[in-house]
Amino acid sequence: MAQLPDNLLKRAAEARARAEGRSVDEVLAEMKGEAPVVSAPVAADTAASAASDGPTRDLDAESAQYSVPRGLLERGMRARAGADGSSVPAMAGAVAAAAPSASQAPVASASGTAPATGPPPVVGPPPGVRTQRLLTVVKAGAIQGTTTEPSDKVNVWPHLLAIEFVALLAMLALLTLMSAFIDAPLLEFANFNAQPNPSKAPWYFLGLQELLAYFDPQVAGVIIPGFGLAALAFIPYIDRNPSVRPSDRKLAIAIFTVFFMSASILTILGSFFRGPGFNFTFPWRDGIFFDDLKTILE
Amino acid sequence: MADANESGGLMTAVKGMGSHLRNSQVWNSIFRPGSPARADGGDSPRNRAYVVMNNVLYHLHPVKVKRHGVKLSYTLCLGGLSFFLFILLTVTGIFLMFYYRPTSPQAYFDLQALEVDVAFGMLVRNMHRWGAHIMVITVFLHMTRVFYHGAYKPPREFNWVVGIILLLLTLLLSFTGYLLPWDQLALWAVTVGSNMAGYTPVFGEQVSFALIGGVQITADTLLRWYVLHVLFLPFIIVIFMAVHFWRVRKDGGVSGPL
Repeated sequence: MAQLPDNLLKRAAEARARAEGRSVDEVLAEMKGEAPVVSAPVAADTAASAASDGPTRDLDAESAQYSVPRGLLERGMRARAGADGSSVPAMAGAVAAAAPSASQAPVASASGTAPATGPPPVVGPPPGVRTQRLLTVVKAGAIQGTTTEPSDKVNVWPHLLAIEFVALLAMLALLTLMSAFIDAPLLEFANFNAQPNPSKAPWYFLGLQELLAYFDPQVAGVIIPGFGLAALAFIPYIDRNPSVRPSDRKLAIAIFTVFFMSASILTILGSFFRGPGFNFTFPWRDGIFFDDLKTILE
Repeated sequence: MADANESGGLMTAVKGMGSHLRNSQVWNSIFRPGSPARADGGDSPRNRAYVVMNNVLYHLHPVKVKRHGVKLSYTLCLGGLSFFLFILLTVTGIFLMFYYRPTSPQAYFDLQALEVDVAFGMLVRNMHRWGAHIMVITVFLHMTRVFYHGAYKPPREFNWVVGIILLLLTLLLSFTGYLLPWDQLALWAVTVGSNMAGYTPVFGEQVSFALIGGVQITADTLLRWYVLHVLFLPFIIVIFMAVHFWRVRKDGGVSGPL
């Protein structure tokens, strides 16, 4: 049996005792499992006397005794009377005029002959006697409607994987075709005594090499790329604007676009517009000095 | 008529063998439930989920993604293509390693031999070189795409930083590979590039010395950059790529829509 608070157990025992006409201590011991279950020796006259006596309930006293609010006791009493079709028992101070709950009467009369035929199985409290109630207080605001955002999602297979696979094949085709028709350059054996003119870095560093033509090596070779890379890495912590709408981030887009365009222009200048001595040339006039593409150009 | 019957009989036999194979224990142990390769792998919402969930793919992709995220016009597949190029470069790079010795003068002659003596040697070398150039471009464009979408904003700030590290590692991988042919282009491009590192304030000489393994580029530099190129940098970049992909998923997948 689940552990019930003592006050509720006592109240239940009294209710059963009153219904079955036994002593409260006896019923209580039985409910606690300290005494064997005894079938209720309810006699018709007990029921009758109970009916004639009619319970007069002192709700104030009960409320204090069982620590149950008076309002709940009264409400329960009225509800039970309403369900049974009987009238409400008199309350404290009033003289009982009506019979107790009518549901007790059939039990009483039915069990009147029980001792002769053997004890009926006790399966719980008799009908109409509730030994416990589970109550909970729910505030109106505590129950919330769940509003799940409708999400527009698709399965990765096949929707995304098919696209990725096609992109992969396209890239593979492009690369294979390019490799079939354009050979990678392989110039003469490395010679420490013959520096080509011009000497160019790999193309992705040619923007920096272009800067070297304008600035001191420490500025162009280290400080600008160093600070540039650091600034790039810190973008999320510098740009605190939470919006991703292009119209809200005109300054950020402008700055990045300037960076992107200047990096591209410097790289193109360094790759195609710099000739012997790293001096300016025009590729359409003097030819291209860009050995990465030597095999195409020849 | 007899012909048709015969080919019909052959088709039936082939189909029978196929279904026998697809129902075998071996087959079903290779392809996990939900795979379209399995006999029970029909097209259903449940199997579509299983294709990803029951697969090593689950490390990269969730079962479902936002509809706008699969639009080609949004991501242009640049991140995925960079990853694919990395795999392609690994495969072709391993092929090249079989025919290459990082010493002077063998390195140069190995490349000459590779181009004429080895089947598909020239093709694979070309793919490795052009693929590396294209990867630098796709990684840079991927960064640009992410910037213009504002995809570095919370909660994705740190993944942007990881991405910058990956860009730097990509450049370093390409740069270290540049020296390996040991021809005039390689030697002098690397000389110009590593001279820039020598301009570092205060530690310039030390940085330069550590980078080229001496006061000037020698065969020792070749060995040093070879090890960096085929072992050290790929090892580092794989770790950062794992973090990068993991964070893409943990930070909520593809950003947006705008």
